[in-house]
Amino acid sequence: MNDASRSRDFDIAVIGGGLVGSSIAWGLARVGQRVAVLDEGDVAQRASRGNFALIWVQSKGLGMPAYSHWTLRAANSWPGFANELKEQTGLDLCYERPGGFHVTLTDREWLHRDALMKRLTSQPGMPAIEFEMMDHDRVKAMLPQIGPTVTGASFCAADGHCNSLRLFRALNQAMQMLGATYLSNHIVDRIESAGGGFRLFTKGGEVRAGKVVLAAGIANARLAPMVGLNIPVRPQRGQIIVTEKTQPFLRYPIATIRQTDEGGVMLGDSQEEAVDAVVGTPVTAVLADRAARTFPQLGGLNVVRSWAALRVMTQDGFPIYSQSAAAPGAFAATCHSGVTLASSHALVLAPLLAQGQLPADVLHSFSTRRFDVPEAA
Amino acid sequence: MSAGDLRDHYDVVVVGAGPAGLAAATACARAGVSSVLFDEQASPGGQIYRSITDTPVKNESLLGPDYWEGGRLVAAFVKSGARYVPGATVWSLTPEREIGVSIGGGSRLLSAGRVILATGALERPFPIPGWTLPGVMTAGAGQVLLKSAGLVPRGPTILAGSGPLLWLLAAQYLRAGAKVDALLDSTPAGNRAAALPHLPSFLFSPYFAKGLSLLRSVKRGVRVIDHVTELRAVGDAKMQAVSYRRDDGAEVTLLAASLLLHQGVVPNVNLAMSVGIEHRWDEHQLCWNPVLDAFGRTSVEGIAIAGDGAGIAGAQVAEQRGVLAAIQAIRALAADTTTPDEAAAHSVLRKYTRGRFFLDLLYRPAKQFRQPQGSTIVCRCEEITAQQINDTVALGCPGPNQMKSFLRCGMGPCQGRLCGLTVTELIAEARGVSPQDVGYYRLRPPVKPITVAELAALPKTEAAVKAVVRI
Amino acid sequence: MFQRLLESQGAMVRVTIDGQPYEARDGDTVAAALLAAGFDHCRTTPVSGAARSPYCMMGVCFDCLVTIDGTGNRQGCLIRVRDGMRITMQRGKRELGQ
Repeated sequence: MNDASRSRDFDIAVIGGGLVGSSIAWGLARVGQRVAVLDEGDVAQRASRGNFALIWVQSKGLGMPAYSHWTLRAANSWPGFANELKEQTGLDLCYERPGGFHVTLTDREWLHRDALMKRLTSQPGMPAIEFEMMDHDRVKAMLPQIGPTVTGASFCAADGHCNSLRLFRALNQAMQMLGATYLSNHIVDRIESAGGGFRLFTKGGEVRAGKVVLAAGIANARLAPMVGLNIPVRPQRGQIIVTEKTQPFLRYPIATIRQTDEGGVMLGDSQEEAVDAVVGTPVTAVLADRAARTFPQLGGLNVVRSWAALRVMTQDGFPIYSQSAAAPGAFAATCHSGVTLASSHALVLAPLLAQGQLPADVLHSFSTRRFDVPEAA
Repeated sequence: MSAGDLRDHYDVVVVGAGPAGLAAATACARAGVSSVLFDEQASPGGQIYRSITDTPVKNESLLGPDYWEGGRLVAAFVKSGARYVPGATVWSLTPEREIGVSIGGGSRLLSAGRVILATGALERPFPIPGWTLPGVMTAGAGQVLLKSAGLVPRGPTILAGSGPLLWLLAAQYLRAGAKVDALLDSTPAGNRAAALPHLPSFLFSPYFAKGLSLLRSVKRGVRVIDHVTELRAVGDAKMQAVSYRRDDGAEVTLLAASLLLHQGVVPNVNLAMSVGIEHRWDEHQLCWNPVLDAFGRTSVEGIAIAGDGAGIAGAQVAEQRGVLAAIQAIRALAADTTTPDEAAAHSVLRKYTRGRFFLDLLYRPAKQFRQPQGSTIVCRCEEITAQQINDTVALGCPGPNQMKSFLRCGMGPCQGRLCGLTVTELIAEARGVSPQDVGYYRLRPPVKPITVAELAALPKTEAAVKAVVRI
Repeated sequence: MFQRLLESQGAMVRVTIDGQPYEARDGDTVAAALLAAGFDHCRTTPVSGAARSPYCMMGVCFDCLVTIDGTGNRQGCLIRVRDGMRITMQRGKRELGQ
C-alpha cells in the first residue's frame, strides 16, 4: 500500500472495481491521477464475470446512432489498448478481430435480423458499418461445421473478441502498477460532499477524494442520489454455460457461441429480469439446444461449468455517462458492454473525468437527461 | 434402467449409496414411502463399502470385519425393495427440490417431496510438490483398487500422511502380501498434547481397541517414520522417488513407484452448496460442514444431509444419520407411518460419536500440507500454483471467486473438489482472516459434467426461449 | 504399477489400448485396467501437456480421463471395461465430436 492509501486521500475515487470501474481507474492512473478503487468483497454481483467477452459492433445503436459511433471508436482503439496492457502486465488479452456472426436458426429469425440491420444502418447519422446478411450456404463456406437447420447470419468484419477474464485481471494489475489503490471489501454506505470534495463512508473505513465516479453497476441506482444524480438501472440476469477444453475449431466469435483461447466453448446467453445470479434449467436447456443446432458437433461435448451474472440494463440499453450539477466533481458511468467499451472508458472517458468535465456531446447523448429524469437539486 | 423409466416425482430422493444413503433408502422403503436411491457407481456401498457386492477379494480377513459390515446394510436395502438406480449422476438440485439426473448419457428432471443428500466425503487435498505426477494417488484410491479390482502396488511403495485410513490401508496391504516400504507419518508432533485431554472419551469408543491393534500390526510389518514435516514427490514424466524431512533433519530420498497420500477426508460439498445450503467453516476439522439440526435438516426446506457429508464421523455414525434423516422425511410426508426407532438411532450415534473429537485433534493435518508454497500446484485442473495465488492476494484479491476470475483456479471439471479448501486457506492466511470470512467457490450446476446434447433435450418453456432468443 | 492378487483373478475381456490388444479383468473399471496393464499415465493435460494418471479412483479428480470408443474425456474410473472396447489416452484437449 502506498502513502496515498494510508492517508486515504485521493484525487478521484472510483466506486466499483468491475470492468467499467477498472478501465476508468487504469485510464485515470495513466494520466497521473491519484485514484482509489472501492470494490465489493468476493461475492460480488459482478457483471464482469458474466460477460461473453465480445467486442461487438454490428448490432449497436438502434435508436441512438451516437452509440454506434462510440462503439466503433472503442472497437477501433482496442488493438492499441490491448497492446499497452500487455506491455505493462505481460498478460496477453488474446484480442482478435476476425469478424463476428449473429446466427439465425429459423426463417423468422433471419427476417427479423435482416430488418433490424436495415433499420439500424439506415438511421441518419450512423457511421458506416459494413455488414453482410448471409444465407445458409454463405455461412457454411466460412463456418464448415454449421448445422443444417441454420438459416443464415449477419456477419460484420468489425466484430471481435478477447479473453475478458484476463482483461479484468490485466486492468486490476496495471492500474495498481500505475499507482492506483485497490480497496476490496469497501462497499460504500454513504457519500457526503465536503469542502470541494467528497467523503465516502465505506465498510472498510472513510475515504476522501476530490472527485468521485460511480461505476458500481446495479449499485449505481442506490449511490446516485447521494451525489445529486438519478441513475435508473436494473439488474438483468445472464446465464452462460461453458464446455470442457476442446481442440480449436471456431476462430470466429458468434454472438452466442465462442471458443476461448483456453479451448472451452462458451454458450450463451440469456437476458432475464431477475435479481439473483442463479443458474438453471430451462434457460440452460435452451442455450444448449440452440448451440447444438448451430454446431451439431457441440452435442457430445461436456458442460463443465456455468455462470450467471446480474448485468446492468439502463432504460434504453445505452450507456449512461452523467455529471452532477448539485455535487460538482461527481460522475456516473454505467453500461451493458463493459468489454467493448473498456478501451474508450480508459483512453477517452477517464481523461475527461480527470479534467473534471464531460464535454457537451457526451452529455447530450449519454446523460440521463435523455430520460427526462430531473436530477435532484 | 434409463432416465426415461423414472417417474416424474418421488416422495423421497436419496443421493448416494454409501452407509447413510442405504440406511435412509431402506427406512423409506420399509415405511412405504415412494422413494428412489441414485448413485453414481455401478454397485452400492459408497466408498467405504466400495464393491461390497462384487469385490474380487475373496479372503475376508484381508479387508477386515469393518468392511464386511457393509454387506449387512446392502442386504437390508435389497430386502426392503427400495428402488435403486446405479450409474445415475445427480448433476443439479434446486431449492424447490427439482433434480437433474443423468443415466447412461441421457438426462431428465424430476421432483421430490423430500431430498436426502448422502454424497459422502472425499480425500482432503494433499498438495505437496509433485503430487500431480503419475504414480501418486490417494490412499482411498489404493483402497478402491484393492476392493474393486484386487490390485496392489508393485515396486517401491510408500504411504504418507496422517489418519486412520492410512494405517488401515497399510494393514490391508500387509495382509495381502504386498510390500509397503515406508509409512511416512506427517501427524504434527504437537497434536498429541492437544488431543490428550480428550483421550478418556476415546477410550470408550468402539474404535479404540481396533485402532490400537491396527497400529501395532502395521508397525510390525512396515517401517514407520514419524514427525514428517516436509514431503515431495520427485520425477519428471512420472514419480521416481519421494523425499521427506523429519522436524529439522536432513532430507531423505526413497525410491518410489507408488506414493499413496492421505490426510483425512472432508465432506463432498458440491451438490449441497450448489443448492445454497448454508455451510460453516469448522476450525478443528478444517473443512466446510453444513449447518444441520439433529435430523440432518439443512437451511433449505425439504433437503437433509446424512453421512460424512454432514460432517466426518465414520460409517457407523453415517448409517444412523441416514436413519434419522429418513425419519424426518417420512414424518413430513406421512405422519402416521411407522418410522424406525429414533431413540435407538440416537443411542448408536452417541456410541460411535464418542471419541471422534480426539481423532479430529490427533490427526489434524499440519499447516504446511494444507497451505503449500511456491511452484506447488494447487489447482490440478488448470495447473495454478500456490505462488500465483499468493501473488494475486497481494494484489488485493479478497476471495476464491475473484481468484477464480483472475487465475482460473476452480474452473476445471472437478469444480474445486481438489483445490477449494487449499485456495480458501491460502487466501485466509495471506489476508490474516478466518476461512469463514473468506468463503468458498460459488458452486453451480451441473455439479458433474453432462453433455450439451443431454442438456439440450430437457424441457424448455416459452419464457426461457424468449429470454434467449429475444425477437 | 499395480499387480493382481492371485485370488482376484477372473474372467477377462479383450480391449485395445492405443490400438494395441490387451486383456482386462471383467468388472474392472477402465482406470483400474490401465493401471493393471502397466500404464503409468492415461492422459496429458490440455493446459501444459503434463502426464497424469488416476488420482482418486472415485470420480472427483478428473485425472483418469481417457477416450473410450471415440468419445473423449470419459472418466475411466467410472466406466467398466467391455469386450471390444477401444481405449485411447486422452492427449490434451478434447476433439470435437462426430
